[in-house]
Amino acid sequence: MKNTKFFFISFLMILLIPVKSFGLIEVDITRGNLNPLPVAVSPLSIDEKSRKNFKELLKKENIGLEISSIVENNLRTSGLFNPLNKDAFLQAPDIANLKPRFEDWNLIKAQALITGKVSFDDNKLRVEFRLWDILAGKEMMALAFTTVPSNWRRVGHIISDKVYERLTGEKGYFDTRIIYVAEEGPKTNRIKKLAIMDQDGANNKFLTLGNELVLTPRFNPTSQMVTYLSYFRNLPRVYLLDIETGMQEVVGDFPGMTFAPRFSPNGKKIIMSFAKDGKSDIYTMDLENRIVERITNHPSIDTSPSYSPDGKYITFNSDRSGYQQIYIMKSDGGNVKRISFGNGIYGTPVWSPRGDLIAFTKLHKGKFYIGVMRTDGSGERLLTENFYQEAPSWSPNGRILIFYRETKTDSKGKGFTAKLWSIDLTGYNERMVMTPTDGSDPSWSSLLSN
Amino acid sequence: MNLRKILKNTFLVLMASLVLTACATQKKSTGQLQSDVYTGKDTVEYLASGVPDRVFFATNETVLTTASRETLRKQAAWLRKNSKITIVLEGHADERGTREYNIAIGERRANSAKDYLMTYGISSDRISVLSYGKERPVDSGSNPLSWSKNRRSVSVKAN
Repeated sequence: MKNTKFFFISFLMILLIPVKSFGLIEVDITRGNLNPLPVAVSPLSIDEKSRKNFKELLKKENIGLEISSIVENNLRTSGLFNPLNKDAFLQAPDIANLKPRFEDWNLIKAQALITGKVSFDDNKLRVEFRLWDILAGKEMMALAFTTVPSNWRRVGHIISDKVYERLTGEKGYFDTRIIYVAEEGPKTNRIKKLAIMDQDGANNKFLTLGNELVLTPRFNPTSQMVTYLSYFRNLPRVYLLDIETGMQEVVGDFPGMTFAPRFSPNGKKIIMSFAKDGKSDIYTMDLENRIVERITNHPSIDTSPSYSPDGKYITFNSDRSGYQQIYIMKSDGGNVKRISFGNGIYGTPVWSPRGDLIAFTKLHKGKFYIGVMRTDGSGERLLTENFYQEAPSWSPNGRILIFYRETKTDSKGKGFTAKLWSIDLTGYNERMVMTPTDGSDPSWSSLLSN
Repeated sequence: MNLRKILKNTFLVLMASLVLTACATQKKSTGQLQSDVYTGKDTVEYLASGVPDRVFFATNETVLTTASRETLRKQAAWLRKNSKITIVLEGHADERGTREYNIAIGERRANSAKDYLMTYGISSDRISVLSYGKERPVDSGSNPLSWSKNRRSVSVKAN
């Protein structure tokens, strides 16, 4: 695990002009957006000297163009925005950043415009950007950052988050990472490695070598720690991994198999299942004092636990009714209540970071669904149907679910693939998340900068 | 006797026999599957001559079938004869379930086998249990027969 120090380098952020609060453009993200907002992302302007300095340092011809491409790509994949073709832009980047000619941008049907400037400033990367409302002819936001040059991709993500937040009224999710299991090889003997990448697929890195089977990595919502299941020495146990240092340790001292780990919302506990004598129960371990607590005690299989964002409740799946169904209980294990009553079997409940919904996997009549329901089990909504898909994980703003799909093999047992997919809570904007190898078990990090 | 009544009775008998035939064919239809449990020998290996290494389960089930119990009695007899041998029971699931639940159900399947071996006199410290969930299928097909071969508990010699 090499140098991932950049998480600790803080961003110096200056508000250039106070954000005016009167309502200009707004994007409604609560419904499927069939008319994405046309937005022009002007390349960030750069002076010749800075361009040369960054070219030498980062091996990128024009870092201003690169950063604006990141913003453009983020806005496009959100499904809420339609970035316009740069060839149609009439105004040069540097002039547009000073004062756009709104008529020109109106002509190409842009409703919002992003402009900015990059400079090489005392060996640092300085970026300023502005968001303009074309129809109103007004500046909506202006910000500047200074950071180390190697952070340039994150600058693009932070600009995207600021724009998203300003236009939708909700926090963004672009400056985040995904941890997942990279898969290769035949279906009967898959090689699996932990892998991590930026939310947009850049900076993919493998964290394990593939010598042992690894499954279900999950981020700590408050730090760069990950918990996952490893079959190291053929003993399936829950591990803790610090992705900054590469340090690993077994979680707890259980006489047998532990699995299905997840962090508590404050990041101080791990909740997981412990299987013994044919029954699986839910336990927690406090990472500070190492105290292990038993949460459920039932002859059934209780697994896939997930905390509510306030830490007061736990959702999990259990087959105590005969088949796998979703339950909630208090965090001490009291007041167990079944909440899934639809047709089919239900598993992998995950509490939304907004607290109001639980995402799940459902199997009914040979099809797998990803869906959401309210925390009392009402309002079940199925977002997507497929031959096989499971294990949804929420974006930190609770608007998108990432999960994985496996394909049906042909009559010769060939053609197996596993891929990451994402879908909006609205049921729209379903898309494959590109990974260098096959992938499964994705987990979305919190926002890296807040 | 009126003819109509006779005809009607004949018809009923005919219907009944048709239904019975239908049932019988349904049970045998795939040859290697009996009410969802694999009964073939394709993937089976042997711990010793006449001692199959694995037992199979129905979908979502962890109870042993009559055939499974017979296999395990043979394994128990072999283990009693070879008292130094220890085994790992590896439990598996098919691909039609969520990963985490499959890990748990694999563990329960292996424990069903372990419990049965223990009732035939095999000490628990000669048996360890490991679940692979859906991670190590023997058959890569996506059909009921392939899935039935993958729902299994395999006894593997550990020493």
